[in-house]
Amino acid sequence: MSFFGQPFMQHALLAGSAIALASGLVGYFVVLRAQVFTGDALSHVAFTGALAALAAGLDPRIGLFVFTIAVALFMGLLGQRGRADDAIIGSIFAWILGLGVLFLTLYVSSQAAATGGTSVSVLFGSILGLSGTQALVAAIAGLGVVAVLVFIGRPLFFASVDESVAVARGVPVRALGIGFLGLVGVTSALSAQAVGALLLLGLLAAPAGAAHRLTTRPYLGFWLSGLIAVAEMWAGLIISYAVPRVPPSFAILAAAAGVYFAVLLATGTRSSRLSLRRRLLRMRASETVET
Amino acid sequence: MRSVTAQASLSWNPLTDLGQLFTYSFMVHALVAGTIVAVLAGLVGWFMVLRRQSFAGHTLALVGFPGAAGAAVIGIGAAYGYFAGAILAALAISLLPGAGRRGRGEESAITGTVQAFVLACGFLFVALYPGFLSGLNALLFGTFLGISLTQVFVLAVAAVVVLGLLAGGARPLLFASLDPEAAAARGVPVRLLSAGFLLLLAVAVAEVSQITGALLVFALLVMPAAAAQRLTARPWLSMGIAVAVGLVVTWLSLAVAFYTPYPVGFYVTTFAFGIYLLAGLWSLVSERRARSAAA
Repeated sequence: MSFFGQPFMQHALLAGSAIALASGLVGYFVVLRAQVFTGDALSHVAFTGALAALAAGLDPRIGLFVFTIAVALFMGLLGQRGRADDAIIGSIFAWILGLGVLFLTLYVSSQAAATGGTSVSVLFGSILGLSGTQALVAAIAGLGVVAVLVFIGRPLFFASVDESVAVARGVPVRALGIGFLGLVGVTSALSAQAVGALLLLGLLAAPAGAAHRLTTRPYLGFWLSGLIAVAEMWAGLIISYAVPRVPPSFAILAAAAGVYFAVLLATGTRSSRLSLRRRLLRMRASETVET
Repeated sequence: MRSVTAQASLSWNPLTDLGQLFTYSFMVHALVAGTIVAVLAGLVGWFMVLRRQSFAGHTLALVGFPGAAGAAVIGIGAAYGYFAGAILAALAISLLPGAGRRGRGEESAITGTVQAFVLACGFLFVALYPGFLSGLNALLFGTFLGISLTQVFVLAVAAVVVLGLLAGGARPLLFASLDPEAAAARGVPVRLLSAGFLLLLAVAVAEVSQITGALLVFALLVMPAAAAQRLTARPWLSMGIAVAVGLVVTWLSLAVAFYTPYPVGFYVTTFAFGIYLLAGLWSLVSERRARSAAA
């Protein structure tokens, strides 16, 4: 009763479960398509976007969604050609963060009541501070992402594993790629509310990395990733409820990292086994030989 | 975050303004510390960009954050926490093969998880330490207020040691960075140099973090060096330009932050990024001119 009886915990569980499910499922494709770096980029953008909206006197969620989706689509449009080297990308992101710090100061100095707490909730999330409406909106958006992803899952998987054959078979690979990055943008904006801009990368990468390690079967791995993410979210919320001094974002990330490293240790001895991509390519090769 | 000297205003006489910068001892400390850090970051960062290890530098800085927050929890200065965190991370990276590089696919999932977890640990320490939440922004985004004389002294000693070691190993390191196979064939200890450089990089990252914060180290470590390497291919000249750019960025940022209510981290990243963009533009223009002259 006490755990589920608290309204703030009900909101956190409702929003957290949907956000974790979306992050886990989207993350499966992010890892498969080797786009983890996009998540890193979006975490910087989420910080600056939320604070820009706050500085302009708007709801931070408007800034979160507009900035993350816009940047995700932009990265999708740049595509392979836009793969610049570390120094350039890092410089741009450092500058974006610097802008975020400016917006933070603008916001803090314009609002007498605002304190350092603003940047804490933007950077590290405030899942226990969600209101009923906010939780409901987050849950609906998270389930929307899941629905779209399930709808485009089959062609997206095909396009991710073997792009050239997918193009030859008439799959709209480019549109799928851009649309998928849009979904990553929405998911990033959602999980920025739960675990914060700096930590959303962990929620995107850890459950998916564990699922990719545990199974090479695509549908099983896809749903396993979502399931692991939701379980980690619940474990984190329970831990932070039991030990109030531990912030929920840390507990969620600790659960996610702990599961991933346990899986890495358990499967480490079998690291020589074929990766999913290689296995599928080999399957296709043997198919073409037969036909 | 806000400058306590927001009331300091510009007069019509630039010399008075310049003099005003040096009247406060905290500002003098900040300028001296900034100068030390800019020189160190320019030189170590130059090798880091050349060796394409900026991602490793980013990781070292992130580990510095829980180090500094943890040090504050147990009551030692945050400066020592930055050093301890970054040096431990450098040891871990040089022991684990493949770590510290941005891998693809699953490898990058591991890197992303470690990064997020390290930041989460820093946040835990901050949350455990009562009344420290306001210090979070300083750890992440830097501050130039409250740098003590002891801190300046520690920065100077560490910088002298790192620069001494770097000067001693500069030639073989340059060789090993530009052509590792040829260097190994000539008997240069490439592996040892690479592990040693990572340790020097860790110290440099820890120093830069104390001015720019853990999240903005790129501003002094990468951008001046990257700008210099776009401008010239001659190594020693390029290193000199990197240091000069770093110094200009640091001094300008500290001076502007002194007179405005906005944070120094914003100015450092913005000025450094601006110079980086100008360098990119200049190299594009001169390339085109060289091509049209050849044609």
